[in-house]
Amino acid sequence: MPAELRQRLGRWETLTVVLLVATIIAGASSSPDFLTGGNFNSMLSDVTEIALIALPMTYIIITGEIDLSVASVLGLSSALMGSLWNHGWPMELIIPAVLVAGAVAGLVNGLLVTRLGLPSLAVTIGTLTLYRGLAFVILGDQAVADFPENYTNLGFGSFAGTQIPNPMVLFAVLAVIFGFVLHFTSFGRSLYAIGANEEASFFAGLRVKRIKLSLFVLSSMIAALAGVVFAFRFGSARADNGTGLELSVVAVVLLGGVSIFGGRGTLWGVIVAILLLAAIRSALTINDVADEVLTIVTGSLLLLSVLGPSAAARLRELRHGGAEPARPPVESGAGAAH
Amino acid sequence: MSVPNATAASTVAPPSTGRERRNVLDTLLRVRELSLVGVLAILVIGTTLYNDRFLNSQNLRDISLNVAIVAMLAVGQTVVVVSRNIDLSVGSILGFTALAVGTLFSDHPGISIPLVIVLGIAIGAGFGAINGALVSLGRVPSLVVTIGTLYIIRGADFQWAKGRQINAADMPDGFLSIGSSSILGIPILPLVTVVVMLIAGYAMRSYRSGRELYAIGSNPEAATLAGIRVGRRVFWAFVASGALAGLAGVLYAARFGTIDAAAGTGFELQVVAAVVVGGVAIFGGSGSVYGAVLGALLLGTIASALTILKIDPFWNQAINGALLLGAIAADRLLSLRVEHALRRRSVRRAG
Repeated sequence: MPAELRQRLGRWETLTVVLLVATIIAGASSSPDFLTGGNFNSMLSDVTEIALIALPMTYIIITGEIDLSVASVLGLSSALMGSLWNHGWPMELIIPAVLVAGAVAGLVNGLLVTRLGLPSLAVTIGTLTLYRGLAFVILGDQAVADFPENYTNLGFGSFAGTQIPNPMVLFAVLAVIFGFVLHFTSFGRSLYAIGANEEASFFAGLRVKRIKLSLFVLSSMIAALAGVVFAFRFGSARADNGTGLELSVVAVVLLGGVSIFGGRGTLWGVIVAILLLAAIRSALTINDVADEVLTIVTGSLLLLSVLGPSAAARLRELRHGGAEPARPPVESGAGAAH
Repeated sequence: MSVPNATAASTVAPPSTGRERRNVLDTLLRVRELSLVGVLAILVIGTTLYNDRFLNSQNLRDISLNVAIVAMLAVGQTVVVVSRNIDLSVGSILGFTALAVGTLFSDHPGISIPLVIVLGIAIGAGFGAINGALVSLGRVPSLVVTIGTLYIIRGADFQWAKGRQINAADMPDGFLSIGSSSILGIPILPLVTVVVMLIAGYAMRSYRSGRELYAIGSNPEAATLAGIRVGRRVFWAFVASGALAGLAGVLYAARFGTIDAAAGTGFELQVVAAVVVGGVAIFGGSGSVYGAVLGALLLGTIASALTILKIDPFWNQAINGALLLGAIAADRLLSLRVEHALRRRSVRRAG
């Protein structure tokens, strides 16, 4: 079974790479402006926040949970930043303060999920509303835009004379760390174990609750960081920054081949999916295709990413005369543990 | 009034003496609809004492009109959530249907109003059937499927609208009056929602197909082994949710008169919030449409009370979020207590 799973997984991720290459070829052949440094720059800039938040979201979905409050934490952090700036705080103090606020927001999510045993879907829909509401309470409908140029440059500018946007350097560093931890450390393996079978992981001695709590804190801290980046990038801190971004993040993680049931997926798959999203968006914009088409393409790819493996399993099952029904590993595993 | 809740409460009541009062309280708390009515009553009385303008007929009318559409979506969502699924595409279906209704009226002047209403419901049901087929035949999780269709339907909506906006002048007065006129002093919009709620509530409680949804939500494997056609039931649950989202789109068009492609954006999370506040378990198997509608009503009333109490409307969303968290946390704490009581009783019996 594991070998077969790995194969299937490989197939989806290979497909995303093929799609990415195809998109780049199509984009380059349709417009001479596609393969330019400037376009590369704006292509990556557009997905900065989604990319940053997708890293911890990958961890959370691999453990079989979900965090829908991330975009609201982003908004809360932007609003807090704007408000503190209005109160005359120096930026060197504001950024740590905002990250701490993010950690607290994540702690609330994590405690409700792990200590009370509530489903993370319900908890984070609640905190999605709560944190966005707090953002409005803090900043109302004002926009704070008078940030110093050396900071907005961090969000808007490019890295040391290249065409790589500054926030993407931050993303690259974080992506390497997140990838290393997920695929080469025991902590990373424990995430897969929890996602595949939480009960067995607990009996194997993993501190399941503590690990999940730390992931929710991590997720909100990165979302708060993305809020700072967002405010610098657009030079504007508003309470409604990043509204609705949570579903794009979840979509890109699932598109990258991470199973919504947990226990399966790779970080590089998610990174390819982020690049694919960026490339498709750019290829469409450069050809003056309306933004709406992008929404349709994202939705269709998302459906394809889950339907593909499921249809393959169904076909195999039919061919083998219905020998074994395809089930997510979580359920069959939980049954075995009783 | 949810089936599993009621049985749980009656098994818990221990035969011992001296603790009846507490158990009555327990039962009252466990019947979510009653505690919702209680909270609603406290809210209404408190706000009215502060300012009696809250209970005047104009304000009550506004609240009921504002709540009617979200409550309609909440009824459909309950049918889906009870079966351990979720439908996040309802906001997009509402937007698409509202645009379709407006376009039909403006492109075909003189088209029959009932026909347009039926077409609106049918469009919604069609989208629901796509969701249902993907979930039950494709065997993919409904959360992912409906995030996907949320995007696709909204994208199609924008493509179709091309920045166009339908105005009240494009629609016949007879249709717009559905959104504004009353029968015997009660506005039509909430009346439609209440009728739909009663029908759905009766079907969920008294029809085999409705009760099977609870069985599926409580334990899908057991339901399959018991001979319930899980796939078929889940498919029809999504069709029902889609059809009600279509009807909600029709009502939206009639109420607001102005429709652009962004109509109903973000409604899905409001609806899920109303359903969860209303005591429907997010992982299926318990809850009722009455609770869901009360949840929507409570959230709508809070928004109105904040205006009357002159609290900054920016607090509205934060309070909704806190209420939602409070509701699920309270549910969980109560069920832990019941579990504890059950275990104690079985230990006592064994000894």
